[in-house]
Amino acid sequence: MNKEEVYSDLNEVFKDVFDDETITVNENTTADDIEMWDSFEHINLISAVEKKFAIKFNMKEIVELHNVGEMADLILSKLA
Amino acid sequence: MDDYIKQLEYPTDANLILTKKNKIKKFLTENYPAKIKKNIAVLGGSTTHDIVKVLELFLLYNGIQAEFYECEYNQYYEDIMYNNEALKAFKPDIIWLHTTYRNIENLPEITDSKETVNEKLEAEYNKYFSMWQKCFEDYKCTIIQNNFEQPFFRIMGNKDISDYHGIMNFISRLNMKFYDFAQNSANFYINDINYTASSYGLKEWHDLSAWYLYKYCCKMGAVPYLAFSVSRIIKSIYGKNKKGFVLDLDNTLWGGIVGDDGVENLELGTETAAAQAYTEFQSYLKKLSSLGVILNINSKNDEKNAIAGLNHPDSLLKPDDFISIKANWNPKSQNMEEIAQELSLGTDSLVFVDDNPAEREIVRTQVKNACVPDISQVEQYIKEIDKYGYFEITALSKDDLAKNDMYKANMERVKLKQTFSNYNDYLLSLDMKAVIKPFEAIYMQRIAQLTNKSNQFNLTTKRYSQSEIEQIAQDKNYITLYGKLTDKFGDNGVVSVVIGKIINDELHIELWLMSCRVLKRDMEFAMMDELILQAKKLHISKIFGYYYPTAKNAMVKDFYEIQGYTKIKEDDIGNSTWEYKIPQIYENKNKVINVN
Repeated sequence: MNKEEVYSDLNEVFKDVFDDETITVNENTTADDIEMWDSFEHINLISAVEKKFAIKFNMKEIVELHNVGEMADLILSKLA
Repeated sequence: MDDYIKQLEYPTDANLILTKKNKIKKFLTENYPAKIKKNIAVLGGSTTHDIVKVLELFLLYNGIQAEFYECEYNQYYEDIMYNNEALKAFKPDIIWLHTTYRNIENLPEITDSKETVNEKLEAEYNKYFSMWQKCFEDYKCTIIQNNFEQPFFRIMGNKDISDYHGIMNFISRLNMKFYDFAQNSANFYINDINYTASSYGLKEWHDLSAWYLYKYCCKMGAVPYLAFSVSRIIKSIYGKNKKGFVLDLDNTLWGGIVGDDGVENLELGTETAAAQAYTEFQSYLKKLSSLGVILNINSKNDEKNAIAGLNHPDSLLKPDDFISIKANWNPKSQNMEEIAQELSLGTDSLVFVDDNPAEREIVRTQVKNACVPDISQVEQYIKEIDKYGYFEITALSKDDLAKNDMYKANMERVKLKQTFSNYNDYLLSLDMKAVIKPFEAIYMQRIAQLTNKSNQFNLTTKRYSQSEIEQIAQDKNYITLYGKLTDKFGDNGVVSVVIGKIINDELHIELWLMSCRVLKRDMEFAMMDELILQAKKLHISKIFGYYYPTAKNAMVKDFYEIQGYTKIKEDDIGNSTWEYKIPQIYENKNKVINVN
């Protein structure tokens, strides 16, 4: 899976979790950019991403994520 | 959307429910009009956010629209004990105390003496006991309390469960104290989170990053199972349980086809693996039947063969265990409708069980709101049916236990009716006796249950909790009546409930309901006679009756007219108000039932 495919899949997950068809994420997207992305929905987002890519994040990784770019890189490193 | 809705019958894809919860809610709000509204306070010792969102879906699916109050994180104790104005204003119908082993403050230490551990146990129990008392005092509400799940580690290994120093041992003992309280308290229910966690798998349940990061007591994937468990209790409290089974015979209750293979070749008993599985399934059904779940047959067979099969020496279920037996060659959907009609039940309260997917599909598509679980192989039947919680028991009333006898007696009455040409002679031959009196303590549970279950013969469809019923019974501004009917075939139990509110010299009938099992027995006239007698004693001059139409209560549209009331108001959706001036001399309308 290349970076583009990861972003495309991530975009699907975001649309699903935040129930908003207009969302497009890029590497700089953060929780501030998406209205419904609060601490409560964050956990659903993480679970949905884990499910979509069939990977698991550990606690340290989750805490250190700051934007979608870092999330995509982490996913790629796990899929590698 | 069908796939999502199936998830609400029983969750199998937690991720789907959690990510689509907003879409599902929107769909349910539009397509499943909720009939009752309840206020539910969720007081958690850990995060409750998604649990509540998912619980809301399960309840909506069952026709219950819930408003929620959630306490601030881990403020359950403070909210209850130190008069929280917001919670007071919320007026909860139910408080769910969502506490887990993480909230136990006094866990035993290895160095503790036996006395110290006992003191810790008492202290922990007393904390909860005082919360429950305070909830009952302040809110007169129903309480759902989690028991405690087992933790994910055992300091002493196997010994942890048997030694008083062990956390496992401590939790078991604390749980036992909760159960003792539950058995002796009305309006108090244990949510068995311990079972939910074990059945999910304890190691999976305890997702520690979910705890450290988000303070969830379990893995996100387990949230729907936890919410589902609580929703089962709530739907049962508000009378949304199913009432009975409609069962196929060949390859459902026994292995083989009785018409082709012959009775002697059916797989039942202990000889083969399949025989054992069918027998155990029968035993499961028989146990449910002893709880008041009614059993019926819907089978493509000659009746003679069906009965012969049920009389197989190893068949635990005998013809007598069934209320209605339809063994014929009619479409099963038609049989299902007829069974529902005979029992005066909605088709939505019967669960159809058939090994044949084609038959399931016919019933699913042809019978309105039929409940048709998918089953696969006989060794899976019990698991595949039990998980739905169709018959979740919250109150085990004597009436429930005797329900099968009552339905059977009803069938006898139907037979007797056919021998009388004059209906009045038939009624007199039943030798009916009624007790009609103000609400009494021993019947409160049954009365509350009836207000939540009766849909058809129900003028206002107002629902009451047991604690509300208890309050009204004490209130001098109300006239309350319950009616109990016995006849020569048996005791029907409490079958009718009336609540009237007194305003000056007027009586306003807020609730009038009757169980359909005593339709056309003149019980409603006996109730009216008694109500008027009581009203006269209190110098009431006028009675007002109200009829609010619902999808199910058309049968009582003309009830007040038949009772001699005059319609004084009707709005465009059919809500009507009726007036009755009590005459100086009132002649009893009931002439066939002996009252009190």
